[in-house]
Parts: sequence; C-alpha cells; structure tokens
Amino acid sequence: MPESLAQQYFPLLVQILLAVLVAGGMVAAGLLIGKKVKNRVKEMPYECGMTPTGNARERFSVKFYLVGMLFILFDIEAVFLFPWAVVFRELKLFAWFEMVTFVVLILAGFFYIWKKGALDWTQTETSKAHKPPTALDLMLSDELEVAGRR
Amino acid sequence: MIPMPNLDVLGFLVLATFAVLCGLSVILQKHAVASALSLVGVMGSLAVLYLMLGAEFLAAVQMIVYAGAIMVLFVFVIMLLNSGSERPAKARYFAYLVGIPSLLAFLGVISFFILKELPNTSSVQFGAFTQGGPAPVGRLLFTQYLLPFEVTSLLVLIAIIGAMVLAKKEID
Amino acid sequence: MDFFLVSLIKIVVVFGAFMTTLAYLQWVERKVLAHIQLRLGPQRVGPHGLLQPLADVIKLATKEGLIPANVNTFFYILAPFLAVSLALISIAVIPFGPEIELFGVRTNLELTSLNIGVLLILAISSVGVYGIALGGWASNNKYSLMGGLRSSAQMISYELPMTIALATPLLVLNTLDLRQIAERQGGGWFWNWTAFSYPPLLFIAFIVFLISAFAETNRVPFDLPEAENELVAGFHTEYSSLAFAGFFMAEYANMVTITCVSTTIFLGGWHPPFPAPYSNFVPTALFWFFGGVLLFHGLTQPARRWDRFTFPAFGVISLGLGAIFLLAATVLPIIGQILLPVFWFVAKVGLLLFLFIWVRGTLPRFRYDQLMRFTWTFLFPVALGCLLLTGLGVALFG
Repeated sequence: MPESLAQQYFPLLVQILLAVLVAGGMVAAGLLIGKKVKNRVKEMPYECGMTPTGNARERFSVKFYLVGMLFILFDIEAVFLFPWAVVFRELKLFAWFEMVTFVVLILAGFFYIWKKGALDWTQTETSKAHKPPTALDLMLSDELEVAGRR
Repeated sequence: MIPMPNLDVLGFLVLATFAVLCGLSVILQKHAVASALSLVGVMGSLAVLYLMLGAEFLAAVQMIVYAGAIMVLFVFVIMLLNSGSERPAKARYFAYLVGIPSLLAFLGVISFFILKELPNTSSVQFGAFTQGGPAPVGRLLFTQYLLPFEVTSLLVLIAIIGAMVLAKKEID
Repeated sequence: MDFFLVSLIKIVVVFGAFMTTLAYLQWVERKVLAHIQLRLGPQRVGPHGLLQPLADVIKLATKEGLIPANVNTFFYILAPFLAVSLALISIAVIPFGPEIELFGVRTNLELTSLNIGVLLILAISSVGVYGIALGGWASNNKYSLMGGLRSSAQMISYELPMTIALATPLLVLNTLDLRQIAERQGGGWFWNWTAFSYPPLLFIAFIVFLISAFAETNRVPFDLPEAENELVAGFHTEYSSLAFAGFFMAEYANMVTITCVSTTIFLGGWHPPFPAPYSNFVPTALFWFFGGVLLFHGLTQPARRWDRFTFPAFGVISLGLGAIFLLAATVLPIIGQILLPVFWFVAKVGLLLFLFIWVRGTLPRFRYDQLMRFTWTFLFPVALGCLLLTGLGVALFG
C-alpha cells in the first residue's frame, strides 16, 4: 500500500516515461523505417491532386479567439467546482448558496454573450459583407492566383 | 520511503533548470508558436514544482488553467494573426548595452538575498506537507477565504463582458 | 523494495493489456461497423481477420515517413509525439479492482491512486489539444489547419460541460481519488452507482458526460476535424506512416481512457450490478451461453467454409473461459479476487466502447455551427443546472 506522496507519484512517473518512450519510438521509427523517394510533386501540400493555391496559413474568424477566451473564463469557474464538491457535505446548504452566488454572476455574463450572438456560428448576410475575402472568394474572383509553390 | 535524501534537491534542480531553459526559449525563439509552446513548458515544470512542494491541487489547476486554457488561447491568437517569424529590430546594440548589465545587476541582487537567507532554510521534503490536496484547499477556500472566491466571479464577469466588447467589432 | 517491484510489474501488465486493447479495438470497430452495414469487415488476415492489427502495424511501419515541403519540421514531428504520449498517461490512475493479496503481498489493482486523480485526467485531456492544433498548423495545408482549429475549438468547448458533469457525482462522493470514488459506490445493487442515485439528475449528468466524451475524442457525430467530405482527413491529412498511426492510436487510447473514467465515476467501477455470491456466476453463464451458441451455429449451419472450424474453436475457448471463471468464483478465490472485479470493469468499459462504435455506425455528422451551438447553449446550461440541483438535493436530503 502506498503511504507517502513519493510512493503515490512513482508509478505515474514511470508511466509518463513509458508513454514518452513509446511515443518517441513510434514517431522516430515512422520517420526512419521505409524507403525514401523524394520529389517535388510528392512533397506538395495535398489539395485533392490540384496545384495548391494561396497560402495555407490563413487568418481565421475571430470566433475562435472568442471561444478560447470564454473557455478560460468558464474553466476558472469549473475548476473551483472540484474542491467545492469535495468539502460539500461538510458545509451543506452554506456551500450551496456560496456556489449559487458565484454561478449566478457568471451566468449573467453567459446570457450577455448569448444575447450578443457570440455563440451563434451561422453567418448572416450582413456579417459576410464586412468579412475579409476567404480563400474561396479569392479563387472565384478575377485575381486568380496560380501559385505553384511558395 | 525513498532512501536517497537528496532526491528532492535533484528533482528541484532538474525542473528548475528545465523551467529556466524554457523561459529563455520563450524570448529567444524566432517563431511565435515556438515561444508559446516554450511557455507551456514553463507552466508544466512549475506545476511539477508545486507538486513537489505538496501543493497537489494547485499543480493540477496550474496544468488545467494555464497550460490547458490560457496557452491554448495564446496559440489560437498566434494562428489567428498568422504572424510569421519575427525579424530582429534595429536598435539591437542599445538593447545589449543596457539589457545585459541590468540583467547581471538583477541576478546579483537576487543571489545576494538568497545567499544571505539560505543558511537559515532547509530543503523541502516531498510529501512532508500534506495539506495541499483538494479537501484542505476547499475547506479554507469556502470558509476563511470566501470573499476572495466570490469576488473572483465578479472579475470573471467583467472579463467576459470585456472579451465580448473587444471581439464585437470583428464579428459585426 | 517490494513496493517498487510490484509497481513495475503492475505497470508492465497494464501497459501490455492497454496496447493490445488499442490494437484490437480497431479490429472490433471495423467488424462492428461492417456488420451494421451488412458487410463482413476484415476477413483475409488470419481467421476472421484477427491478425489484421498486426498486418496494419507492419504495413504502416514500412510506409515512407514523408515530411512534405514547407512544413515546420519540428512541430510537424512534435504533434503526433505529444498526442500519443499524453493519451497513454491517464490509464495510470484508473482502478481496475479492489485491494488483493497475492503471495503475501497486498496491493491495489491499479497503478496508483492520487488525491487529485480526477483533476489529473482533466489536466491531461486539456493539454491534449496541442497535439491536434499543432499537427494541423504545422502541416502547411488548408485542410489540416481548418481541421486543427475546428478540433481545438470543439475540444475546449466540450471540455466545459464535461468538467461540470464530472463534478456533479463528486458532490455525492466527496473525493477526487478514483479508488475511493469506486469504493464508495460498492455495497450491493446497481442503484448505489452514482449514475442511478438522485434520479434522474445524475443520470442526466452521465449522459452529458458521455456526449462530451464523444466530442473530446473527436468521434462521430462530432468528427468534424476529420470530416472527410469537406476536409479530406482534417488535421492529419499530411501525415503518413507511423506518425499517422500515432494519431489514430491516440484517438483510441483517449476513447479507452474516457470510457474507463465514466465506468469508474458513474457506473460503480469494478462492482457487479447485484450482490456478490450470485453475481460471481454471471461471467460463467455468459461465457457458456456464447460458447454454446458458437458451437451450435458452427457445427449445424456454417455460412462459410472456414466457419465449420473457427466457430467451434472460439466456442470451446469460450466454454473454457467460463470454466475458469466458475473455478475462480468457487474454489480458487486467489484468482477470483483478480478475475471477477476485472471482468465487471472490462464488461462495463466494453459496453461503453461498443456504444461509441454503434453511434458511429448510426448517426450522421453535425454541422459546425450546430455543434458549437449545441454545447454552449444546451449542454453547458443543462450540466450547470444539473449540478446545482444535485447540490441542493445532497444538501437537503444528505
């Protein structure tokens, strides 16, 4: 039976080392084993057999940033739930009202962003008009860029 | 118990070195994504250092919130802005001229205080402090430190509204 | 020194079993999907395609590990490494059975139990985003980048309801140590399991957790990162050879881990659904039933030529397993203490894994805006409401 923290974490350490070894061995073997035939066409980015157009590293919708931001904020709330759950039976209703106060404030923010449309990923016609052109728009426009390789 | 008494010190040295190397890599890397990933390395080694001090809950939260949420946002933003490798700025010599002496001075001050204080301290034994688990933390957080906890929700609310206001311009 | 030796032995055994499961899970998935679609599935390599995983490994290992032009080589290689290594860690805190005594050594049927077991799993799953995001970004391919971004946004969005749904049963159990979580659900009948206590609140939490688990592992109906008809193969479009296999292995490993977690937290871990003396004979009954069906079917109405030999062979193996479990339940408690809990644990995990595959064979894929709207405006409020109501219930009624 493990008694000390060191004994509790020792198997985890070994497991991490083992996982790193397996992962490293796998990726390394994948790169080393097998014959290598290199040519220009084969190394091109895969675009369904066509010559790649435009730049792959495009700018993306600000929605992704917003989702990341909201996740941090709600994650902070979620992390507090765990120590709360562990001591819940000691404090009972007191703990419950504590968390309700906490959650209500955060939910106020949640409904604010919901009403403001941050959670809606469908694109309306008005929002399309202001957006910078996407790769598809560029391809359909007259300035068709036939870039073989950058 | 583990027989070697200096294993704690060894572990600390390895992790601290790793953290410092990752920190150096954050500012030395040319590519923004590489910098962000190095910062994840710093966060990870900090988490393990917390763990070695016995602060289990803090270590897990460090991983979940910093490495798993905040750094994901950083990586998102970097991908979003599509910033490539950075070019060296022009005023480099000035940076070297002022930066290196002030860095050395800072290190000197830090090591002076450490050397002055070090004889009075002993190294922390891993497992000596057991009040860092979720239950003791929860007990303190939801009784003694209740006000800071509740105020956090206000802070989060302000941040949610702030994020929305900043992103609103781009969405419309 | 005993402790370290026992730990190492346990790690080797669990790791070996885990890797075998991962290899054969893919075979099972292909077989089940095939039979859902009235096909036979893998059939050529070995009897019923049983050697298919081995063949796949050999095939993938001998493929050329191509590094396309213009990729960020370091991140391109780092991504599958991160995905695989993170996916293999969490299994260390899963308990498979109670404390046992073997040759005078007392040990737990698990690798380790931590005070922060649940949080460790959450931490690892939240860091798991990097493998996919980096893989997509480093590949210098539009499909990869789109897949990686979609995937990371999806994974962090579904992590919220998952975290909250995971905290809900902890209100009843009051610990983050997975061993204690499983132990506190024991004591007889299945209504002691958290999924069935405070009905229907915790069952709703269980469903929310399962749905989020589908999204976290990028499975159908949430497999937008690899939606093949719009993104080719998503974040791993440009990967080949074992690096490509690595992403698959990571997906399966995450699937096994998350089903193990839901079994431990919601479905009572290794505890049988009804009390011990009777439940001990269920494995024997099941194995003998399957053995009988296989023998009868193989001997009387073989559909194909080889079925006449393979079906009875598997039938005999199944009968033998039933006999071993009968011995374990009656005269050999030294094996029984290991086999019986592990049987129940594996049975529950297996059922959940089957559910994952079944859903893949049944449901179509979400559209991306539907997917994001579903988690933020439905799952998240439901999980939160469920949590607060459960809290009220526990506070008022104990």
